[in-house]
Amino acid sequence: MSDVAHEGNSGVPPEAEDISWRQRYWKKNLRLMLVLLAVWFTVSFGFGILLIEPLNNIVILGFPLGLWFAQQGSVYTFLILILVYALWMDKIDDEFGVAERNDEGGYK
Amino acid sequence: MTETQFWTFFFIILTFGIYIIIAWRSRVKETKEFYVASQGVPTLANGAAIAADWMSAASFIGMAGLIAFLGSDGSVYLMGWTGGYVLLALLLAPYLRKWGKFTVPEFVGDRYSESVRLVAAICAIVVSFTYVVGQMAGGGIVFSRFLGLSIEWGVVLVAVVIFFYAVLGGMKGITYTQVAQYTVLIIAYLIPAFAVAYQTTGIPIPQISYGQILAELDALSAEFGLAAFTEAFAGRAGGQVDVFLVTLSLMLGTAGLPHVIIRFYTTKTVRGARYSAFWALFFISLLYLTAPAVGAFTKLNLLQGVQGQSPDTLPDWINTWGATGLVTVNQDAETIQSVSNIATSGADLIVNNDILVLASPEIGGLPAPIVGLMAAGGMAAAMSTAAGLLLVISSAASHDLYFRVIKKTGASDKEQMLVGRIAMAVAILVAIWAGINPPAFVAQVVAFAFGLAASTFFPILILGIFWKKANGPGATAGMLSGLVFTATYMIYTLEVFGTGANDHILNVSPEGIGAVGAAVNFIVTVVVSKLTAPPSQVVQEMVEEIRYPQTRAAVRS
Repeated sequence: MSDVAHEGNSGVPPEAEDISWRQRYWKKNLRLMLVLLAVWFTVSFGFGILLIEPLNNIVILGFPLGLWFAQQGSVYTFLILILVYALWMDKIDDEFGVAERNDEGGYK
Repeated sequence: MTETQFWTFFFIILTFGIYIIIAWRSRVKETKEFYVASQGVPTLANGAAIAADWMSAASFIGMAGLIAFLGSDGSVYLMGWTGGYVLLALLLAPYLRKWGKFTVPEFVGDRYSESVRLVAAICAIVVSFTYVVGQMAGGGIVFSRFLGLSIEWGVVLVAVVIFFYAVLGGMKGITYTQVAQYTVLIIAYLIPAFAVAYQTTGIPIPQISYGQILAELDALSAEFGLAAFTEAFAGRAGGQVDVFLVTLSLMLGTAGLPHVIIRFYTTKTVRGARYSAFWALFFISLLYLTAPAVGAFTKLNLLQGVQGQSPDTLPDWINTWGATGLVTVNQDAETIQSVSNIATSGADLIVNNDILVLASPEIGGLPAPIVGLMAAGGMAAAMSTAAGLLLVISSAASHDLYFRVIKKTGASDKEQMLVGRIAMAVAILVAIWAGINPPAFVAQVVAFAFGLAASTFFPILILGIFWKKANGPGATAGMLSGLVFTATYMIYTLEVFGTGANDHILNVSPEGIGAVGAAVNFIVTVVVSKLTAPPSQVVQEMVEEIRYPQTRAAVRS
């Protein structure tokens, strides 16, 4: 997953338009992805499995906190992560002029 | 006919009628409609269809019961089956949609080589088929319990209805039927859950209120010789390591299952694929966040119902379900002292996991129409998943095997559809046969289907998108080594194909081995790709292309 640096050196014909935007677009995409995946891992594997026992000492509304993360909190987090991803990618798409807002997938 | 049977017939006939009407209205004439619903499905509808496709008889009927007995460790299913959607949404769906053709093996074929495509097509068929047999058998059980039909006729009836709408409507028919099936199954799941929560705690929101009963449930569980619901790593012998690996395997498997991925091909745009993933998880979470509450409430009601009772004074539902053989009572016991979900445990009351959801309205004392609705919901879950899987089998068999290996050129659109439909019909016939005579491995369907998807598809799809240097020989070697490694361990530890069940190595259960298999696949693919020539410029440009929603050049022209 680390070939970002190799991009843009492929044999694109000279008449093709400037493709340097692609590297910037891809880098932003990757950075967003890595941040979201870090949250994904921390909440599910971190709070829900690795740290479940210490967290279970805290009880809220009858739920031991570790159990709550494993059975409820992680799912809420996943949902938010995907929504943030979709909204943020819309922003990046807009920035680079590749948004697909209308149904046909064309530029707005 | 009992009142329950009347309401079950009522809801089954009503819902089946709706499915058939929808299928007739969305019958298809073109290949593109047949395989990917013309890539014109709105995001919200696609999300609901993914949710129905994804939530099988196991999610609907089995999961809450499993969590009831596994307690805290039941979270492997909750986190595993939902967390996979994060991986799907961020790492796979947008890119596969951008590339946008008909099947998963097709992507692999274009990206790597024809031989990888063949391996992928065979894996897709094996994974889907293992899974579909379980759905058929699940549907049969619902019919036999609620309608007094034999399991055989139940399976045939399920198959006839699926045959009608899947063969006629292809992906388009399946999509809109799945939207209806999602609606039926979620209503059927939530109404009893809310009613039971209200009855027990006075707060009709099970996700919040089941915390209140956990302390009481733990105390009662201890009294009946069961593990505490809230104690971590008490439900699975392998402890923390195993819980970690099983969760990871289920996540990677979810992201690698062809019948889920293929549903992202049906949106209009890449953006649509991203939002589809959100709606899919939103709809799925309505059930998945409720399931642990249903498990906890039902277990509490069950234990309270039998506390201090003798075998003659037990609640009615125990007798009704006793007839199916899924509940057994030790008639010699004076009072019920112990409860278990394990048939060989020798406990006074033995309850099979799979009945808890279907019996929850009865256990909670809810009226007959709700029991009937529950049955229709269980059927909707089984049928929607079966249809999605049959489409994968049909498209892999016709599109990736028949037209690539046997008839290589000159297939008209009409011919492609005909072969697709024949493949689907054959798959349904085999599924009926296997549903009636389930092979030994059906019980292990989760382990197999997910382990194989995680160890074969997931790594090569990820590398195919994120690493341009991954090549054909690498992917072939990676997929085969992941497959062989994972299957070998499963056959070694599970009682299938006549092999004995051996002890787990390093506490890794067969459900968790998929994660290790995926790592094997990753490493082998990378190493072999490094040692051999990189893929052609054309392929590298294709990988470049799928990383962007659309090419700007095309926009401006």
